Amino acid sequence: MVGQRGWSYRGVVVLFLAPSLIPLLLFTVGPMVAAAGLSLVRWNLLKPPEFIGLDNYVRLVGDANFRAAVINTIAYVAGYLPLVFVGGMLIALALNERLRGLAIFRTAYFLPVVTSWVVVALMWRWLLDPGAGVVNHVLGLVGIDGPGWYNDPVWAMPSVIIASAWKDLGFVMVILLAGLQSIPDEYYEAASVDGAGRWTRFRHITLPLLTPSLFFVLVISLINNLQVFDQVWVMTRGGPAGATSVVVEQIVTNAFSYGQMGYAAAMSWLFFVVLLGITMVQFRLQRRWVTYG
Amino acid sequence: MVELVRANSLAGTGTRKVRWGRLVSRTVIYAALTAGGLAMIFPFLWMLSTSFQSAGALLVPPPQLIPSPIELGNYAEIASAFPLWRFLANSLGVAAVATVLQVATSAMAGYAFARLRFRGRDALFLLYIATLMVPLQVTILPLFVEMKYLGLVDSYGALVLPAIASAFGTFLLRQAFLGLPRELEEAAFMDGAGHLTVFRRIVLPLAMPAIATLAVFSFVASWNSFLWPLIIVNSPDLMTLPVGLSNLQGRYATAWNLLMAGSTVAVVPILIVYVIGQKYVIRGVTLSGLKG
Repeated sequence: MVGQRGWSYRGVVVLFLAPSLIPLLLFTVGPMVAAAGLSLVRWNLLKPPEFIGLDNYVRLVGDANFRAAVINTIAYVAGYLPLVFVGGMLIALALNERLRGLAIFRTAYFLPVVTSWVVVALMWRWLLDPGAGVVNHVLGLVGIDGPGWYNDPVWAMPSVIIASAWKDLGFVMVILLAGLQSIPDEYYEAASVDGAGRWTRFRHITLPLLTPSLFFVLVISLINNLQVFDQVWVMTRGGPAGATSVVVEQIVTNAFSYGQMGYAAAMSWLFFVVLLGITMVQFRLQRRWVTYG
Repeated sequence: MVELVRANSLAGTGTRKVRWGRLVSRTVIYAALTAGGLAMIFPFLWMLSTSFQSAGALLVPPPQLIPSPIELGNYAEIASAFPLWRFLANSLGVAAVATVLQVATSAMAGYAFARLRFRGRDALFLLYIATLMVPLQVTILPLFVEMKYLGLVDSYGALVLPAIASAFGTFLLRQAFLGLPRELEEAAFMDGAGHLTVFRRIVLPLAMPAIATLAVFSFVASWNSFLWPLIIVNSPDLMTLPVGLSNLQGRYATAWNLLMAGSTVAVVPILIVYVIGQKYVIRGVTLSGLKG
């Protein structure tokens, strides 16, 4: 099949593909490969790069700041995931009752998801302001002396977790709701005829059939949130005293504040391998469980 | 028949119990959802309210939801100290350009992968999928170096170039095109139309829902993107809203009325997009698995 007016078939293929393929090679694939090379040099962008082999990786192993950032990142995810999952699940179940007027709630719950992280972080900094913030004021009304939140090394990470969970509830909810709505009504009707109660139906129909969605959103949330950065940068800059320093924040700080491009690249490459491992596991299982419409 | 009716009326007490149960559970659900919904909306209302408070009123407890007096000068004040409207224009411009380019390049590549036959097609498509797994912070350092050598650090070009192509968009539109019936296209080819014509006249119009999904998603993603603009742009004239806001915060650490005025400006456009294209926003975000 020859294209119109003298376009050869090959020409048509190039015409359709090049506008996407060339930028993708230049600005994604190229840098991705280059990152591996960059991790093998010492380079502050001013002097020429110096090849140092695996020294960056060796240094990484003994870097107490990086280790702390890894631990903080895991702590963040460990606090965040249960909150969004339990919250998102409860809201999804409630919205799945198909009652009148529930669409407006879905709109409300999803609103933070589309809001910029910087705005959300600023909002929550203000809500959690230790002196004049609403949250501590309300706590004060019931006789609780509110903590210093993001100014307090102990409460800084919980502050970030609260803001993050608030923002992402709607994301988890929407995916779980789609999963719930794909469960055929007949199953529930049949179970009711057999005398199954609410809890039994949940336990033996909803939960098993929702596993693919739960798994999907778990892996996606895990991958997205190991990369936590925006909210940390705006709310705490990794402080106070490194209490909320996370992996991506360390990468950015090392590269652009300390001028250690190679060292930061080693961090990012190591991090990539971890994320890739998680993605691979997901991909294998997802093929079996999740189908895109 | 009569037997049945009698049986039903006998069971009436049971039904009433079920009805009561349903009423209670409905009430509980509505109450819980309303409480949760308020928790979602309140921070936005608080932001809006604070943006109309005077600096002095903020420091006097208790906090007030309705500002008194209403201070309208915060927006002007912050716009005079910072190029707030420039931030807004930059964000809108970059998001619009990125969206148009991404939709165009993704639709064309999607068509190539869905409808054209060429050697290495499947391997190339796999490469596209593979790039979806690469987190931004891996490519961002070499990308910065690349921009430095291209002389593009601190330029609009650097903001837009990495957003020209979208592997996710290509994937999304390829799937959509694969789902279209081929009869119309075959008829058009019979009539002597070429691929360009078929693409523009038949495939694109039929795939409008998918294209709208991608467009809205690209816009929201670009509007909210923070890390890349943060490191690649330094001059205030080139900053997008998120970066500008985070800079503002560095200067007005506790001038919450000003910071919330800036935040409100950053929220309004995305709110409009969300309200108009809610269906597409939710679909795009859900499909990509990316957060806004």
